[in-house]
Amino acid sequence: MSNIHVSATVNGDAVEFLCEPDESLLDSLRDRLALTGSKEGCGTGDCGACSVVLDGRLVCSCLVLGAEADGRTIETIEGVADGDDLHPLQQKFLDHAALQCGICTPGFLVAAKALLERNPDPDETEIRYWLAGNLCRCTGYDKIVRAVMDAAEEMRQ
Amino acid sequence: MVKVHLWSSARSVLDGAESLELEAKNARELLQRLGAEYPALQPQIEKGVAVSIDGIIHNNPSFQPIDDDSEIFLLPRMAGG
Amino acid sequence: MNKIDDISGTEYKYVGTRPVRPDGVDKVTGKAQFGADLYAPGMLFAKILRSPHAHARILSVNTDKAEALDGVKAVLTYADLELGDGGHDLEDDMNHVLENVMARGKALYDGHAVAAVAANSASIAKRALKLIDVEYEVLPHVTDIEKAIAPDAPIIHEDMYTQDMDPKPEKPSNVARRMEIGHGDIEAGFEKADFIFERRFRTEAAHQGYIEPHACLANYRSDGHAEIWCCTQGHFMVRSACAALLGMDLSKLRVTASEIGGGFGGKTTVFIEPVALALSRKCGRPVKLVMDRDEVFRASGPTPSSVIDVKIGANKEGVITAGFAELWFQGGAFPGSVIDLGAMCSFACYNLENVKAIGWDVVVNRPKSAAYRAPGAPMAAFAVESALDDLADRIGIDPIDFRLKNAAEEGTIASFGPKFRRIGLKETLEAAKASDHYNSQLGPNQGRGVASGFWFNFGGTTSASIKIELDGTAVVTVGTPDIGGSRASMCQMAAETLGIPYEDVRCIVADTSSLPYSATTEGSRTTHSSGMATVYAAQNAIGVMCSRAAMIWGIPEDAVDWKDGHARPSGANAGDFEPMSLAEIAKKAHETGGPIAGHCEFEAGKVGQSFGTHIADAEIDPETGFTKIVRYTVIQDAGRAIHPSYVEGQYQGGAVQGIGWALNEEYIYGEDGRLQNAGFLDYRMPVCSDVPMIETEIVEVPNTGHPFGVRGVGETPIAPPLGAIGNALSHAIGRRMDTIPMSPPRVLEAVNGG
Repeated sequence: MSNIHVSATVNGDAVEFLCEPDESLLDSLRDRLALTGSKEGCGTGDCGACSVVLDGRLVCSCLVLGAEADGRTIETIEGVADGDDLHPLQQKFLDHAALQCGICTPGFLVAAKALLERNPDPDETEIRYWLAGNLCRCTGYDKIVRAVMDAAEEMRQ
Repeated sequence: MVKVHLWSSARSVLDGAESLELEAKNARELLQRLGAEYPALQPQIEKGVAVSIDGIIHNNPSFQPIDDDSEIFLLPRMAGG
Repeated sequence: MNKIDDISGTEYKYVGTRPVRPDGVDKVTGKAQFGADLYAPGMLFAKILRSPHAHARILSVNTDKAEALDGVKAVLTYADLELGDGGHDLEDDMNHVLENVMARGKALYDGHAVAAVAANSASIAKRALKLIDVEYEVLPHVTDIEKAIAPDAPIIHEDMYTQDMDPKPEKPSNVARRMEIGHGDIEAGFEKADFIFERRFRTEAAHQGYIEPHACLANYRSDGHAEIWCCTQGHFMVRSACAALLGMDLSKLRVTASEIGGGFGGKTTVFIEPVALALSRKCGRPVKLVMDRDEVFRASGPTPSSVIDVKIGANKEGVITAGFAELWFQGGAFPGSVIDLGAMCSFACYNLENVKAIGWDVVVNRPKSAAYRAPGAPMAAFAVESALDDLADRIGIDPIDFRLKNAAEEGTIASFGPKFRRIGLKETLEAAKASDHYNSQLGPNQGRGVASGFWFNFGGTTSASIKIELDGTAVVTVGTPDIGGSRASMCQMAAETLGIPYEDVRCIVADTSSLPYSATTEGSRTTHSSGMATVYAAQNAIGVMCSRAAMIWGIPEDAVDWKDGHARPSGANAGDFEPMSLAEIAKKAHETGGPIAGHCEFEAGKVGQSFGTHIADAEIDPETGFTKIVRYTVIQDAGRAIHPSYVEGQYQGGAVQGIGWALNEEYIYGEDGRLQNAGFLDYRMPVCSDVPMIETEIVEVPNTGHPFGVRGVGETPIAPPLGAIGNALSHAIGRRMDTIPMSPPRVLEAVNGG
């Protein structure tokens, strides 16, 4: 089987890559484009560690084919900060110690950013249900939820 | 002489006694003498034991000093998470 | 130079504060490199072929077709791995580790590795696996403890006779070993009891559930030197194990610990690292090997499942007169379950005159268990804390008062032998009793449970070094991988000791060639042991700086003190010279004798044991059996919290892992001996919407053996939850819950009187 040529926009940059027909977008991002910030925790869409935004929609990149990205726009964890300026969510995750090992952190940040772009003032329950697709095994979620609430408050001002 | 306590299943070598006494200035000496005097304990010692000296558990017993009035307990060696 | 006082009462500048961790920015921007994130030029991708059978003799493995596939560079079977006589330092039976890494003769569980392939791409490697012909003779299997110890059970190891039995057994069995601890006369104790609780409890196996699957990149060079990059809790352990399994010299293998995406004990042994290294040796190319999630479930090291008989007696005054527990833990297909720890932890919280715990180490056709956070303690505490709860009800005493009345304290003879030094269990119980949570009202269908728990905490072989840079900053180097923010704690302790700002200290985890041996990050030892080593290394560097200042001033070395980041003339010379800052001394280093550094290599002792008390409120839906934890509080003695946010994080994370284990998580084996739920969809870990905020209270009863009073906090938080939630549910339902997990079908059965 021959590889497929894909042109896409990733974090604002035009990119091109070749991928195998059955290759996940996650593998393409990691193995072809060296964007290793998105992580594979399960490969079955259950853990959210590979969360990216595809044409404005939050998806698990392990459940999307690399070939499907052709002509589309993808935002990954690598595009969340503006150069050296951290996004308020990133800063609040640091301030609240909302990460321990940090493997789930990219997925949580991408998912939380997508939430706040839709709903700038979510309550605790809305945050908990929106983030229910992201597994964290270290924190018990407490500090993650607090960091998202705090970031939302700061972003509203 | 120091008094050495063993955990219950290791005590079978002592014919029912709770503890034994022997001469040892450190944990390593203690284990060497124990193994020599009670050969039945030697396999367990080789597999690994921890030595508690005055309530501090040493999982790698070596030259930790022992006084005659130290409280000495042998424990199975521990592995953790 | 001043010695740092052990618990001097000094007001700390950095210890006890909550700075941003040094590795934080990399972790929130996606730049941090975890196990699977490294790529090497010419790298191959490897995959492992695993047994679909729970128990089968391997008659032959034919790899010819796989080797002939275009793009395949190496195929590995057990014949390529052989135990060398290398001087490894591991306590594990390396023959078992070897056999677990790659089956030899028999496949012992569903998922047991049988062969491996390295190829130009992952997809070629996967195709090659399908071309390997393995001829199996399927054997009868057993995956359940009670069936494994039955007289007619299929025997997994024909040469295994139960150890430490008197008389020695005549026939082989699936029971590897018996052990017993305790003191006093339990029969006499039960005679004195007014109330006796007796029951059998069961807990299913849980997985650590780290989000990062095992991953490594191995590169064996033609000159016999090699490197491994991998996610592990102990890269020195990986080096020892791989060197032993490949017959290499330790110094020829350099292992670098990547950032690690969770471990909880599950990354304290090797699974794939020796395979990747052997593949690399075979084909001379770097080999990357990453487990899939289903491989993690089927073939890494979950907890033992357990069966526990407990009997506890108490008198009307609320004094426990005797405690007895008999515990069977299955540790998978090899001996070595954490039965000793289970037995020793079972009654550790209590001051008992008569106590006995018997442990049985059982083998079954399941993956070899590994440590999981306070290994053995949660299951034992579930049984014992449930029993205490029931007794408190029957005596008519508040469950916290009952525990306070029997709680271990300084001088108590522990159930496992020695006298406790200063410990903080009573303080946690008193804090629980005074908490807002404990004094709040419950709603309908809700129940409240309390439980306490214990963990030893470890010390062990540890190294650290610190170098003072010319610009007055410092770099700390430790050998313990940082799983939960320990580098921040090291920087705080170094900054406190040196007297320079936190921001001026960095901490890195060095590879095995760059620092002397350090034991694994396990047993809640890192902040304690690497922390001590960091402090002693810093004191060592302070000694060098004092001597440099003495040289500059032309006064004797012992006439210089160190205070607040400055060398100061003392004694007869006090006030003769202006204090000289660390930065000033550092700047002159090259004129005064060369670079300034300090180091410490030692055996960290003086651990402080740790106790916690949890309060759980559970609400059941009587129609579905669904349980919601509506409020949860963790109170634990930390000794001293270096970084309170990360201490709270350990409390909260341990509690939520416990909630998952208590309510949902379990290994489910089918009649065919295969794991039926090897994925996060069916192995249901708590998600964000399942749990409430986890309230925490840090009690600080300092460990006098540590310069800052640290006890270690990581593991104790998972000891009480099974008991606390079991007790909460038992009260909500009105029946004693005795099986973990208390999943909806089991709760519904209890609600309906089953």
